[in-house]
Amino acid sequence: MDKHDFVIRFAGEGGQGLVTSADALARAAAHAGYFVQTHSTFPSQIMGGPASSQVRISTTPVLSSGDGVDVLVALNQYAYDHHHEDILPGGVTVYNAEEYELPEGGSYFGIKADELAKSTGNARAANMVTIGAVAQLIDFKLEEIDAFITQRFTRGRDGDAEIIEANIKAVRLGVEVAASSGFKVGQLESANAPDYKQIVITGNAALSMGAVAAGLDFYAGYPISPATTVLVWMENNLWGEGRFVHQVASEIEAINALIGAGFAGKKAMTATAGPGFSLMSEGLGLAWMAEIPLVVTNVQRGGPATGLPTKSEQSDLFSCMHPAHGDIKMPVLAPGTIEECFFAGALATNWAERYQGPVILVTEFGLAERGENIRRPDLSKVSTESRATVSEGDTGKRYDSWDGSTPLGGMPIPGGAGAYVANGSEHDEIGDTTHLPRHHVRLMERRFKKLDLLNGAHYEIENADADVIIMPWGSSKGPAREAYDRLREQGENVGWLYSVALNPLPEEVKDVLKSGKKIIVPELNYLGQWSALLRMEGYNAESVVQYTGLPFRPADLVTRISERIGAGVTA
Amino acid sequence: MSKRNPEYDFAWCPGCGDFGVRRALQVALEGYSVEHEEPQANNVVVAGIGCSGNMVHLVEGDQPFGIHGIHGRSLPIAFGVKQGNPKLNTVVVAGDGDFLSIGGEHLGPAANRNTNITAVVMDNGVYGLTKGQSSPTSEFGAVTTSTPLGKIETPVSPLKLYMSIGVTYIASYYSSKPRVLAKMIQEAMNHQGFSIVHVQSPCTTYNDTYDILKGKPKEGIKGLAFEIPEDHDPSSVEDANDLLSRPGVPLGVIFKKEGKTLQDRYEGLMARAPKRTNDELLDSYLLQ
Repeated sequence: MDKHDFVIRFAGEGGQGLVTSADALARAAAHAGYFVQTHSTFPSQIMGGPASSQVRISTTPVLSSGDGVDVLVALNQYAYDHHHEDILPGGVTVYNAEEYELPEGGSYFGIKADELAKSTGNARAANMVTIGAVAQLIDFKLEEIDAFITQRFTRGRDGDAEIIEANIKAVRLGVEVAASSGFKVGQLESANAPDYKQIVITGNAALSMGAVAAGLDFYAGYPISPATTVLVWMENNLWGEGRFVHQVASEIEAINALIGAGFAGKKAMTATAGPGFSLMSEGLGLAWMAEIPLVVTNVQRGGPATGLPTKSEQSDLFSCMHPAHGDIKMPVLAPGTIEECFFAGALATNWAERYQGPVILVTEFGLAERGENIRRPDLSKVSTESRATVSEGDTGKRYDSWDGSTPLGGMPIPGGAGAYVANGSEHDEIGDTTHLPRHHVRLMERRFKKLDLLNGAHYEIENADADVIIMPWGSSKGPAREAYDRLREQGENVGWLYSVALNPLPEEVKDVLKSGKKIIVPELNYLGQWSALLRMEGYNAESVVQYTGLPFRPADLVTRISERIGAGVTA
Repeated sequence: MSKRNPEYDFAWCPGCGDFGVRRALQVALEGYSVEHEEPQANNVVVAGIGCSGNMVHLVEGDQPFGIHGIHGRSLPIAFGVKQGNPKLNTVVVAGDGDFLSIGGEHLGPAANRNTNITAVVMDNGVYGLTKGQSSPTSEFGAVTTSTPLGKIETPVSPLKLYMSIGVTYIASYYSSKPRVLAKMIQEAMNHQGFSIVHVQSPCTTYNDTYDILKGKPKEGIKGLAFEIPEDHDPSSVEDANDLLSRPGVPLGVIFKKEGKTLQDRYEGLMARAPKRTNDELLDSYLLQ
């Protein structure tokens, strides 16, 4: 049976090369012109513990991690026990016969990958044995894997040819085992390789790259899952004249260092997760009050407290919008795909400059570490905005009244004209403390009015005249989109609304919301945070929530949305 | 109110030590600008919260840039300013509560980095703005509004603390002689590395220590403050520790050690740092 889409999951223990296997298969498939998306779950420990890594391979762009698994590679009994329920009808398990046996008669077969790898003379090729078995099961062209192996191990060293030969042989041994098992999961359709240049990148690397493309030149951060890879990326790449990157002593230091740097004229960013974001609250309040451009990326994990450091949840939206005490509503960008991570990284940097204040870029574990092949962004098309500044003789003051009818006044930069005090206490035009009512009113209105400057983020509106509109946010976009497509295919009259900018919302998106149609928000939290915020604005929104620490499965969303609208459609 | 801003909402109490520190800071900022032929705009004063924090608004004359931030975070803010633009002369003004209690966690990292910033600490041994609570430097047994039966924590010894964490310039003085203090602050600004000028700045309302510091010479009562002996060698760790083992408040430069600043070390890495254009960086992710 021809299939355009397969999910292959490697499950076992951390340190068994699960991610390496999924990654190798993903790269081989991407190399062959398929679209891929990986997804991993692992415990919060350095080595060991139950873990899994999967790749979804498709002839069309991959929107989500899928409904289940077509091929499960289970490296130990625990992995089989905990993952076999996810196997889709017609799916097959390849189990590690060196570790355990399964009773006869099931849709599975054993493989001795280590032993077979040793027979090739390269004990490290065990994952290629497994990949060979998988390739046979889904009819993945072997020459594509061979080409990938050849490219990967051609490193200009003496032993290259031997390693390549052993790995190719390992693949063939895996193929033989799978062929003799008699199982077949389907036949992967031929790839329609896109005609554009592609990159394979994770969400964290993409947003970092985007921010740097928009001119980011200062980064201070503190390690925290799942945001650490942004710090590591910056420490490796944000070098050069006029740039500064440093690991500081805490998230409190990070946000305050950004305030200092933003004040001094830099385009500054940090990335953190829930616990660190909580520590940044007071600093974010200061940045809002004193109007300091900076970007805080919150790569959400499960919360509260330590919560679930290596799982996916969308439960920090309330805190992103309203991170600190007092009247604050932060600009929030929430990309839903890897490609959107790149552009949101750039836009967040530009927004901070444009409105002279802090911007929150919120992503998720599910986006942070998953790999995907996307169109290589054209850097010449990334706009780079820099804040307005002041020069000698300008009569405007730093904190003048502003009603939006003129361009926002410039921000004086130390070393230049217009010395002022960036003040977290309510202040007058030059930043000196004053708590007189007229100043508080004037500046409160200035701070909120500035949000009107923030536009240009990606949004999608389809079938807005439908009775019910599905409006996911962040990485729930992918599974929600698959669910939406299936509901439409089944004749349901549902609409689609999606916005990377959650605050401020684009006018076009607001127009749809204002129509009063029922908005259904699939989101990964208990409280239904986005729909609650939409209701606060008077919109007719309700959530479909999931709080398992795992992403949505499109099939579950089809069922649950269908129930909600009384359609009686099942996945 | 301040001279330039009649609506300014804050004033120090008559006789507050912070007036003297303000005068000294003003003179030091102007002196530094003249010495280095730089505009006042190259000076940035970063303040925390408390009576001391208002210093940033009350400096008179030609204005430096300033940040009046949040309680305890003036050091990391100043770190960001300095590393954002290493040319800026970056000065922290803070009280003992701001610097040593809520902000204490930032001292160690600032010393480890040897960030090239100067901190002027106004120590009055009390939380004044919130009306007289116990502070990290309040004496053991001190009766304050938050310790009505007496303080039961031992006080911090700020100078010993700075010494132990490796601050590379440590001076101690009081607010009564602004001109001398100004010279010390300017020297601290010129020091390459993390410098602290710790100033006894009495609170005339809640903890008036003028007499305790200076004594009453006419009545033959000696004060806690004493001039540092001329043979003291500030480059010697041993001398500094000896000095700090004496009771009282030393007046002068206790320790001074030249070394590499964070910026020096950072620039040292630049030669080894990867140099890739954004396009080259993006191309490293190309699907091949």
